[in-house]
Amino acid sequence: MITFENVSKRYLTKRALSDVNVTIPEGKLIGLVGSNGSGKSTFMKMIAGLVGPTEGNVTIDEVPVTRRTADKVAYLSELDEYYSFYSVKETISFFASQFADFNTEKAFEILDFMEVDREQKVKHLSKGNRGRVKIALTLARDVPIILMDEPLSGLDPMVRDSIVKGLLSFIDLEKQTVIITTHEVAEIEPLLEMVIAIRNGKVLALEDVETIRERDGMRIVDWLKKQYQAEA
Amino acid sequence: MGEEFNPSKPIYLQLVDRISWEIIKGERKAGEKLPSVREMAIQSGVNPNTVSRTYNELERMEIVETKRGQGTFVTEEKERLSELREELKLNHIQNFIEEMKQMGFSSEDMIDGIRTYVTNEKENNA
Repeated sequence: MITFENVSKRYLTKRALSDVNVTIPEGKLIGLVGSNGSGKSTFMKMIAGLVGPTEGNVTIDEVPVTRRTADKVAYLSELDEYYSFYSVKETISFFASQFADFNTEKAFEILDFMEVDREQKVKHLSKGNRGRVKIALTLARDVPIILMDEPLSGLDPMVRDSIVKGLLSFIDLEKQTVIITTHEVAEIEPLLEMVIAIRNGKVLALEDVETIRERDGMRIVDWLKKQYQAEA
Repeated sequence: MGEEFNPSKPIYLQLVDRISWEIIKGERKAGEKLPSVREMAIQSGVNPNTVSRTYNELERMEIVETKRGQGTFVTEEKERLSELREELKLNHIQNFIEEMKQMGFSSEDMIDGIRTYVTNEKENNA
C-alpha cells in the first residue's frame, strides 16, 4: 500500500504537487493520467524515492519512502538511462550487479518473448527495441511495486502491442502493484483496473475503471475531461 | 491492440457476453477448458483481475466450472447450455423490440416485417 499524506512539492517557485492525499491499494494495475506538466512524473519519482516531498509524507506499507525503500520499487523513467556502448546482454548483467532482486533469467525470458536480439549493442537498437529492453529491465526485478513513466510513448502500434503483451505476461498482480503514466490512455484502458486523475499538482480522483463505465457510462478520457471541468 | 469495448458497460460483463456467445455458436464446446486467466488477459488485452471477475461471474451463472488445480471448463450440463441459448435469444428479441418501438413501429409492424423478410430470404436462397 502506498500512501500520500498532505504531500506538496515545490521546485524553487514552481509547485509540482500540492496537498496530495491518496492511498493506492495493492495488487492492481493503475493508470496515472493527466495533461503535460500536471505532476505525473513527480508523483512517480516520489514513490521511487528519487524526489522528496517539501511537505507531508509518502509511505510504502507505512514505512516512509527513502532511498532505502527503493529496493521495493522498480522505476522505468521516461528517459533512456543505460550505457549505449553495452550490448543488451551486458546491460542485463550490469542491472543484475546493481539490484539484488534482479532476476536475470526472467530478463532474458522477457527479451525472447519480445524478440530482442541480446547480442546487439544498445546504441544500434531501433527505438522500439530500446523500449522493449527498458520494459525487460524493469519487469525483471522481483519487487512489489513497478512504476512505468510513459512506457508506450513514441512507439509504433506493433511495438506497443508487444509491450502490453509482455506486461500482461510477466507481472504478477497477486504480489505486485503496477502504476503506468500514459498519454495514450484510450489504448490501454482495458488493461487498467483503477485510474488516478491528476491536474496542476492536485490528485482529483482515484476510481475503479469498471465503476466509471457502469456508473457514468464513460471511457477514461471522457471521465478525465469531466474531472478537469469540475475542477476548473 | 486488444479489442474494442463498449464504453458504457463494464468490461467483465462484455467478456461474459462474448464467451457465452462463443459457447452458443459452438466455438467453445461443452466440457472444453477455457484459457487460464493470464492467457485470456493476454489474448484480449484486458486486466487479469477483470478476467478473474469474468470467470467468477460465468461460474455464478453455472456456465463454467472451476476444477481445483486444473482450470476453468465450459459446463457439460446440456440443459444449462440450452437455457443459455434461450436467454440469449430472449435478449436479442428484447433489444430488437426496444429499438423498433423507439422508431415507432407497432408489434404488428414488427411481426409483418419479420415474416416478409424471412419469406424473401427463403425465396432468394431457393
